[in-house]
Amino acid sequence: MEVEQLEVLDFLRRFPPFGDLPEEDLSHLASQVEVGYFKAGTQILELNQEIDALHVIRSGAVEVFRRNGDLYNRLSEGGFFGEFALLRNRRVRFPVTALEDTLVYFIPAEVFIQLFENNELFADAVEVEDRTRLRQAVSRREDANQLMTSRVIRLIGRDPVTLEQTASVRDAAIKMSEEKVSSLLITEPEKHDIVGIITDKDLRNRVVAEGLGYDTPVGSIMTPDPITIDAKQFVFEAMLEMLRHNRHHLPVVRYQKTLGVIALADIIRYESQNSLFVVSSIFRQQTVEELSNLAKEVKSSFVRMVNEDANSHMIGSAMAVIGRSFKQRLLELGEEKLGPPPVPYCFLALGSMARDEQSIVTDQDNAMILDNRFDPKQHDDYFLQLAQFVSDGLAACGYSYCTGGIMATNRKWRQPLSVWEKYFTDWIETPAPEALLNSSIFFDLDGVWGKEEWADKLNDLILRKTKRNPRFLACMARNALNRTPPLGFFKDFVMEKDGKHNNSINMKRRGTAPVADLIRVHALAVGSRSHNSFDRLQDIIAAQILPKGRGQDLRDALELIAMVRIRHQALALEEGQEPDNNVAPENLSDFERKNLKDAFQILSNAQKFLKFRYPL
Amino acid sequence: MFYLGSQKLRDPQQQDEDRTRQQEVTITDWQAHFAQLAKQTREKRLQAFYRAGVVDAQTPLKDVPLLALDVETTGLNPRKNSIVSLGMLPMTLNRIRCSEAKHWIVNPLSGLNNESVAIHGITHSAIKKAPDLEVVLDDLLETFRGHVLVVHHRGIERPFLDVAIKTRLGEGLQFPVIDTMELEARLHRQKALSWWKRLLGQKPASIRLADSRARYGLPWYRPHHALNDALATAELLQAQIAYRFSPDTPISELWV
Repeated sequence: MEVEQLEVLDFLRRFPPFGDLPEEDLSHLASQVEVGYFKAGTQILELNQEIDALHVIRSGAVEVFRRNGDLYNRLSEGGFFGEFALLRNRRVRFPVTALEDTLVYFIPAEVFIQLFENNELFADAVEVEDRTRLRQAVSRREDANQLMTSRVIRLIGRDPVTLEQTASVRDAAIKMSEEKVSSLLITEPEKHDIVGIITDKDLRNRVVAEGLGYDTPVGSIMTPDPITIDAKQFVFEAMLEMLRHNRHHLPVVRYQKTLGVIALADIIRYESQNSLFVVSSIFRQQTVEELSNLAKEVKSSFVRMVNEDANSHMIGSAMAVIGRSFKQRLLELGEEKLGPPPVPYCFLALGSMARDEQSIVTDQDNAMILDNRFDPKQHDDYFLQLAQFVSDGLAACGYSYCTGGIMATNRKWRQPLSVWEKYFTDWIETPAPEALLNSSIFFDLDGVWGKEEWADKLNDLILRKTKRNPRFLACMARNALNRTPPLGFFKDFVMEKDGKHNNSINMKRRGTAPVADLIRVHALAVGSRSHNSFDRLQDIIAAQILPKGRGQDLRDALELIAMVRIRHQALALEEGQEPDNNVAPENLSDFERKNLKDAFQILSNAQKFLKFRYPL
Repeated sequence: MFYLGSQKLRDPQQQDEDRTRQQEVTITDWQAHFAQLAKQTREKRLQAFYRAGVVDAQTPLKDVPLLALDVETTGLNPRKNSIVSLGMLPMTLNRIRCSEAKHWIVNPLSGLNNESVAIHGITHSAIKKAPDLEVVLDDLLETFRGHVLVVHHRGIERPFLDVAIKTRLGEGLQFPVIDTMELEARLHRQKALSWWKRLLGQKPASIRLADSRARYGLPWYRPHHALNDALATAELLQAQIAYRFSPDTPISELWV
């Protein structure tokens, strides 16, 4: 007779993977459970003991050990153990001891095996390979994300509306009204090739405001060779293209054929994605004070993206674009105030902004490359004032000053291109770990304003010099090992390698930063041009320098760690608190806790591999 | 487990005596007692139950077949009130076996009152469909056979079953129990609180099921469902033995 075990059932329902089982299976499972109590300190499983059940912790906590006696894991309510032995030869490989008084629900081996074989989701979730479990968690998240899975082509509602470039602007206006569109693609006479685009904004700004006649040919006011997007790209990428180039219309192409145009409004209608509004309002603000008022809108767009299930790549990119836009607008305002620059310059983004991995809690890391004709006596006064204006402005907008002094206000980081080239040459050719410690941030570098090509020049130099320089890579690798993930964590504290307990984990210092650091070393080794850690990983995987599967594992680990950090910050914002990077394990869901442990394990293994791959 | 007001709980021993005086002669050798009952009893099913016997008083705990039991009733008085549901689970010191659990809702002869409905949640309509205890009696005796029962507060389970079976078979039922509440009382009620401690306002430790469980780090379970309470009692016994006895302790030290 099967009797309904209400307590057991209610408990199992609360924890994955049991909670995801069909009701019928779950009821049956609950009715088959056996229960046992273990006083704190007693051994629950001994090495090589025969095992007859999956052990689920109902209450209390246990410690799992390696064969050599090292602590392997700590588990608490909802955690389970013994699956490894059950799926192998039924001999215990990881002994387990009760850390607290512990009540265990035993799921008999035959019931477990039956579930494992008949229920794919359940099997995936308990699969002994920790990494696999993490992969599942991450890919399921991505499935849920519309922006990442929707292709641009879905936004095209109609065939493109075109006009020959010899037609008049009046014809263009008539056609736009008739067709009810806000842009026209411009073609060469008698041909279908697209040579440009005009938008209703162009009619206003370039025709009416300029006092041009209605007969002006559209060819003379169009934007030639418009930036296009491939129909198979994601909506999210189209959005980023628009943000990056400050365009509101993108022709969509496929195999050289133009399929249509998507407008900003289309995307907004599709995904009310607020970061777009923030960016466009940044460029409309006239003073630093007005700009600083946007800080709260940046925060709410961040929260909205998290709630809409965007992934870390998308959120990081959007925050970076917003950060860049602030810099650009501040530089514009600065130049208005101080007059045009005496010599050309390039304003740089460094670190997470350059990697498109910015979060809401971030400080400003920036620098300036000046023209080689730069003469400190004559010109530096101007650039110092400009740097100060931007830096103060950014601080007012919520980007705190860089405590390490990596800002263009620091004379050292406001230098002509030739000096920058020397900096990099020194760092790379005569590397010393101590000197490199503070400069790794410069290896993530991107131009945001002015002579952006100078940033590319420096990136070229970096690639050229680092690729076959084992000593430099070894120094970078050594620095990448300075920050390590915690050994584990457990209910309300974090276990450190030295046995100490902490109340929280700094998810940046212990998580995203060390992952980005180690990915950077591999990326430099394979000569990757990418800056974003996910893009770099693609290049690293393609170069086949990691053992099979490890690159994918690392990607999943980074995504999970980054999302835990982002969600934690979004939660703080929603509760009206100041967001930070410190996550207390007790605030994590059981799902997050479990997967985060796996992610840290992957990071730890990847660090070991790094040490071995780039020896000093 | 019926809910006991704090007033009544203060002296469980007293209550026991009121209701079950005739049964409460302390029996230490249940094996011999069962042999005697087998001779005295005329009702065939009960006779068979006693003949099947029970373990020797010296049997170590680890070898004793145990059965955790809880009954929900319509009130506290076994002469006026009746059983509404029974939950039971076989167990050893190591494992409690949910797969062999039994849970019966039965029709109380005395009828439900609203107060008890509020406690155990078993309603008039659920009862209407339920059989009389008579129907599950064979199954019950079969399940009990050879086991030492485990209850929290024997002043409910034993007298209620005794009366219920006497009503139906003409003769009552006796069986050995381990009372987890009594085990807690041994620890916390051995001697009355000193006048000094009473003066300081110290109250005696609660030996109610949930409070006793909490002392051993056991989780809170929703009370007043016979099967949940039986499971809760079974876990409590495992914890009590892990902390205070040894698996080799003879059953005679625990059963009553």
